Parts: sequence; structure tokens; C-alpha cells
Amino acid sequence: MEIDPFIFRLSIFILSIFVGYYVVWSVTPSLHTPLMSVTNAISSVIIVGAIIAALASSSDSIFETSNLFGFLAIILAAVNIFGGFLVTQRMLQMYKKKKK
Amino acid sequence: MSANLSALFYLISGILFILALRGLSSPETSRQGNYFGIAGMVIAILVTFLSVGNFGPALIYVLIFLVIGGSIGAFIAFRIPMTAMPELVAGFHSLVGLAAVFVAISAFLKPDAFGLGIIGEIKLASLIEMSLGAAIGAITFSGSIIAFLKLRGIMSGSPITFKGQHFINLLLGITIIFLIYYLCTSQLSSVFWSIIIISFLVGVLLIIPIGGADMPVVISMLNSYSGWAAAGIGFTLENTALVITGALVGSSGAILSYIMCKGMNRSFFNVILGGWGASEQSSSSQNKEQKPVKSGNADDAAFLMKNASSVIIVPGYGMAVAQAQHALREMVDALKKNGVKVSYAIHPVAGRMPGHMNVLLAEANVPYDEVFELEEINNDFANCDVAYVIGANDVTNPVAKSDPQSPIYGMPVLDVEKSKSVLFVKRSLSPGYAGIDNDLFYRDNTLMLFADAKKMTEEIVKSL
Repeated sequence: MEIDPFIFRLSIFILSIFVGYYVVWSVTPSLHTPLMSVTNAISSVIIVGAIIAALASSSDSIFETSNLFGFLAIILAAVNIFGGFLVTQRMLQMYKKKKK
Repeated sequence: MSANLSALFYLISGILFILALRGLSSPETSRQGNYFGIAGMVIAILVTFLSVGNFGPALIYVLIFLVIGGSIGAFIAFRIPMTAMPELVAGFHSLVGLAAVFVAISAFLKPDAFGLGIIGEIKLASLIEMSLGAAIGAITFSGSIIAFLKLRGIMSGSPITFKGQHFINLLLGITIIFLIYYLCTSQLSSVFWSIIIISFLVGVLLIIPIGGADMPVVISMLNSYSGWAAAGIGFTLENTALVITGALVGSSGAILSYIMCKGMNRSFFNVILGGWGASEQSSSSQNKEQKPVKSGNADDAAFLMKNASSVIIVPGYGMAVAQAQHALREMVDALKKNGVKVSYAIHPVAGRMPGHMNVLLAEANVPYDEVFELEEINNDFANCDVAYVIGANDVTNPVAKSDPQSPIYGMPVLDVEKSKSVLFVKRSLSPGYAGIDNDLFYRDNTLMLFADAKKMTEEIVKSL
């Protein structure tokens, strides 16, 4: 019997939770704020779905309702991607060691 | 681009995201980690363009919207003051949540574009995944908006509670599950819209009863939700990068919530089910007898610290409110010139989000190797001459160790009272968020400095 592709994705999902668990425990507490802002940025990879939605034009019109939701989602995700990575970068620049 | 090839690229970007988080294990590797994250994002976006393969006029609009959103994001990122980080993160969470809702809506309206079947005959698994993604996304959105308003001070930080609140939440939760089931059998779009609207409502109801100082838990929790929403959409779109990222972010937020709850010695449900201060106010008003308090001025404080050999600074949310971090750092510089050894002690729940104090100190150019976590530094208080408490309160209350009746009993606290003398900067003797009196105020070795945190610190700098 063939395995449903869903099961593969579920396996990836569950393994990723474990990876996330161990990786996040190793994050130093002083970087927990940058951790939040960077997870914010990477979760905006949801833009992938937004792009597919925006570019899906089965008919002549590129502004059907479903496309519009895609375009809106692109703006939201883009704010988050640029904002998230840049603010993380800005914060990380500030962490300095003692000058010897 | 073939589906298999793009799937491999999505896997690569997922791995780069893991490395981005991995980099945060130390400040040295963290900047490189952030570049990995950016690379992962660029790969994911480019691969999507190539695999959709639509290079018509729609692509130009996509790029325009990308640039518009990107410019807004970049503008915010450069302009936001570091003290506003908690509300910025809450605001960003709401965007992820809403984006998830929009993508789910668009997948529901045009399932063929996503390979999920046709309208009215969407695959069962896809329907469950997209409605879960939309519901969690909607909860994340409205919940984060409430958190944002509370953190920003537009909405009062005090818990809003009413009778039967938890019952209503439970009822709405059950309704959502029932509607998802109904959607799967009926494929009706009205049911889909109802799920989203009810979820928006749940998000609001879930966050309004939670008070200001519990915000670290709330922000972490919403962080986690935004991850699960992304994962739900990832399953719908059969996209590995999204599934991996969703799992990473989901578990990251969950761990942070756990750390925050542990820092307050409260269970997750205790925090979620409502305010702390509300139920405890009665006990604090009973103990209103006048106890002797020693208070001093900036000169006294400067004298004490100048003649100390070691000083530990205990910052809290009050420091952020007063924007006192730069003045504090000037004070520390002056002390170091006098040969005083200075370090910083940070409680896990100090501030309004995980790591809030660390970022503020880093902003004021405090080297991160002078800043210590609770477990690292707690034994040092016994050997330290002066503890300078600025803007912290409940996290220093010795009652948490001695009085089993106290609502904060068992909460890990900084052993500030063990140092030879304690300088406590505070505007009044009012209790902290937990609504209980701080025993530390009345200790013999405590000198209260009644003033605004920033003003007092600046005055101390002057007299040093």
C-alpha cells in the first residue's frame, strides 16, 4: 500500500518540533527578544502561500477576490519579513563584549 | 521548476531557518545566524516565483506589493525605539496571523490554484488544514492586537474579567471544532467565514483577562500560535519550508512561555485563565499598618556605592518605563572609575517580554558579559556590598521564600536582601503587580530612594 504524502509532511512536522525544542533550549536567555523577532520574521515564509494566491490566474483577470487576498497577504508578510530581520539585526549589533 | 526540485529548495530554506535559530546560542554567532535566516527567506521566495512560473503582469503587482510592504517594515525596524520592542513584536505577530487567514481564504476561494481540488469539492484533509490554519491565524491576529494595545498603553493593562468568561471561551472553542466538522461535510463558504469570525472573537476574549505583567507569557504564547498557524497553512500548501518553520516557531514560543511561567512559579493555565492582582488585592489592603522605612537621597546612595567594592544592579520594567538605561550605564561607568566591581542581575520575567532587559542594557552599550541570569548570580548577593534595585519589585520580594500564604510563594526571586545594603529606587511604597507589599522595603539594610528611576540615577551620577 502506498503511503499518503500527508504522512511524510507530518513526519517532517514532528521531527521539526523536536529540532526546534532542542535548538531553542540552547538559545541564551539574553537573546530571547531577538529570538522572538527572528521567529516572527521566518514565520512570514507564509508569503510563499500569498505569492501563489496572488499569481494564480485561471482567467484573464488578475484581480479576482482570491488574488486580492493574496496581494494583501504579501504586503503583511513583507512588512514582517523586512521588519523582523532588520530589527533583529539592529538588536544583535548592540550586543557587545567588554572591551579589553 | 519541477515540483521535486522546488521541494528540495524549500527543504534547504527550512534548514537555513534552523541554523538561524541555532546561531542565537551566543551573541557572537547570532549575527551570522540572522544572515542564514535571510538567505532562507530569499530562497523560498525565489523558488516560489519560479515554480508558479507566471511571469505575466500579475508578477509586477506582486513585486510592487512586496516593495511596499518591505519599505514599511524597514522603516519601522529602523525607527522603533528599543523600549517599544514588546509592542512591536506583538504587532508583527498580528500580521503573521492575518496573513495566514488571508492565504487560507484565498485557498478556499480558489482551491484549484493550490492543487486542492475544485470549489465545493476540496479535499477533506486540505479543508481541515486550511480551516485550522485560518482559525489559529485569526486568534493570533486579534489576540496580538489586544496585546499590542495593552503594551502600548492605549488599552488599560489591568485584566478585564466578567462572569462566565471561561465558559464562553470554552463554548466558542467547541463551536469552532463543530463548525470545522460541519465545513468538511458541507463545504459551505458561510461556515468557513463563521469559523474565521468566531476565531477573531476568541482571540480578543482570550487576551483581555490577562494583566500587564503577564505579558511575557502572552507574547510568547502568541509567538507560538503564529507558528502553528503557519504550519497549518504549510500542510494545506504541501510546502516543506512552511511546515518546518511553523514547527520551529511553534515550539520556540511554547518553550518561551514555559520559561516565563516558571519564572513566576505559575502554571500556564493559571496565567491564561486570568489576572493575578485581581484576586489578591484584599490581602494587601489589610496590612496597611505603618512600618518604619529608611529613605535617602542621591548623595547617600552615591556615598554608599562609591565606598563599596562590588555592586549588583537589578533592573526591572520600571527602568524601561523611565528610559533609565543610559543614565544607569553612566552611573556604572563612574563607579568603575572608582574601582567598584559592577554586574547586572536579570530575573527571567523582568520587563514585558523575554529578554527585554538584556536588549535595553545592550542598547545602552552594557557589555553582555557583565549581565547575568538569576541562577548565575543569585549566590553573589551574599558577598556584595550594594544591590541597586531600579524598576524591579516583585522579583526581589523575600516573602516568596518565607511566607507560604503569599500568592508569590515559591516564585524564584533574586536574593537581594542578602547584600550588605540595598538601594531601592521607587516612586512610592505602592505594591508591585502581584498586589502584595514588598518586605524588602522595611529591612534594616534597605535604603529607599523615592524618585523617578532616571532622575535619581542621573542625580547619583552628578554626586559621584
